Amino acid sequence: MRELVVIGGGAAGLAAAVSAYDSGIRDILIVERGTELGGILNQCIHNGFGLHTFKEELTGPEYASRFIKEAEERGIEHVLGAMVIDIKPHCVTYVCPSGVVMEETKAIILTMGCRERPRGALNIPGYRPAGIFSAGTAQRLVNIEGYDVGKRIVILGSGDIGLIMARRLTLEGAKVLAVAEIMPYSGGLKRNIVQCLNDYSIPLYLSHTVVDIKGKERVEGVTIAAVDENRKPIKGSEIEFECDTLLLSVGLLPENELSSKAGVALSPVTNGPVVNDKLETSLDGIFAAGNVLHVHDLVDYVSEEAAIAGRNAAEYIKGSFVEGERVAVKAINGVRYTIPQYISKEAGSVTIRFRVSGVFENKYIVVRKGDDVIKRIKKRILTPGEMEKVELSSVDFNDDITLEVSNG
Amino acid sequence: MAKSEFICINCPLGCMLTVEYDGNEIISVKGNTCPRGDKYARQELLAPKRTVTSTVRTEGSVHRRVSVKTVPEIPKKDIFRVMEEVKRTVVSPPLKIGDVIIHDIADTGSDLVATSDLGE
Ligand code: SF4
Repeated sequence: MRELVVIGGGAAGLAAAVSAYDSGIRDILIVERGTELGGILNQCIHNGFGLHTFKEELTGPEYASRFIKEAEERGIEHVLGAMVIDIKPHCVTYVCPSGVVMEETKAIILTMGCRERPRGALNIPGYRPAGIFSAGTAQRLVNIEGYDVGKRIVILGSGDIGLIMARRLTLEGAKVLAVAEIMPYSGGLKRNIVQCLNDYSIPLYLSHTVVDIKGKERVEGVTIAAVDENRKPIKGSEIEFECDTLLLSVGLLPENELSSKAGVALSPVTNGPVVNDKLETSLDGIFAAGNVLHVHDLVDYVSEEAAIAGRNAAEYIKGSFVEGERVAVKAINGVRYTIPQYISKEAGSVTIRFRVSGVFENKYIVVRKGDDVIKRIKKRILTPGEMEKVELSSVDFNDDITLEVSNG
Repeated sequence: MAKSEFICINCPLGCMLTVEYDGNEIISVKGNTCPRGDKYARQELLAPKRTVTSTVRTEGSVHRRVSVKTVPEIPKKDIFRVMEEVKRTVVSPPLKIGDVIIHDIADTGSDLVATSDLGE
């Protein structure tokens, strides 16, 4: 029996494996679906990765290579082109070029990352002509395959990948006509708004959505319109763009088909597993970290979180894991979710990551244990696009914890 | 006297910064909530710089592109001139991360370096 199987060899999987190794575990296998380690970072050729971890700005492939090197230096085993088809506690089954392998293991870490929200969920009327891509697909086509996706582009959604692609395609010689965002604020990082849109005078239409796509064979035009507070298009506000390509950057979803099939309890808010402070899921010996758990905006936080999962999986494997009673962490009043959702009573210190549900200025994040306020942090600004965290140290977790956005 | 506006990118607050200047002389920076905004506005007005990241065509490799970046950052106004040169370039394996592909690209004084390895 193996000690640890890590599913996914991207940013989270590599960091989890390295940290489990450094906590004393030697028999580790990373199972990766792609033809190389590094995951989605390999197609994220822009820079801005690693500022927290390495104190320098790296591109995605460079960031990945640092972690790949760390895994290689430790002699951590991996298998490529391997598709996991089934997980249950203490067993992972995958198909690889040499056949089907059933790997019995003491612990499992889920690090499958996320995928893009499918375009079917978008509900845009009209035909489905060629020239509609998700932003991530376009990113792979352009950066890895060297494919020319289009010349005149409209982007729906102002998530970071959409913004990054607006700049990327502009540099490649395309004309990005507009980025339409249905919300009154962008879901992307400020830095990307400035350096990907403003630098190239690409207009961002907030509170706008796509209402029509023209063209039967290939996209010939896209119409956007302003939306009211219920996100319904306002008649008469339409703007038409003549274009050959529409990119959709409408959000990411944790990739949990395998986890849900295995019976891992998932949160309806994050779409990822429900975890305790050890990042252990509802199933014995199965841990989760990175974008499979909740979608992150910075890869540095993915690595940080995955290292925690790796350390705890190591403790679990060594049998030094105490699983006592636990309390719940509740997200209320403007806090959309928290990770973890449970904390064991003996935890002592915990990092709680969370997101808020709207834009808040000059508010407080208030943490309560039962009815007692145990922490209050002033925040000049809170936005849904930026993941937040609070550190709780030396707390006796003998009552439920509540996080909220408050005026005082 | 002239005026320019910038959005500070150093934190999510995104302060709207207004710089008043006369030629190369900065008279005032307003709108910043902290000193980082002041520094950023001066830099953006007088000498904005960016790292350009892109890909270069390959020959003799199963990988069709290798990713690249400019080191150090180049003046913002030179971005498209640099891209012209990037687009004309073809490389062959082997390449390692950090290998210089073009010295002094488009006379900017910066190098174009590989950000991924390229094998055959
Ligand atoms: S000026 Fe300071 S507070 Fe304002 S956006 Fe910049 S870093 Fe943030």
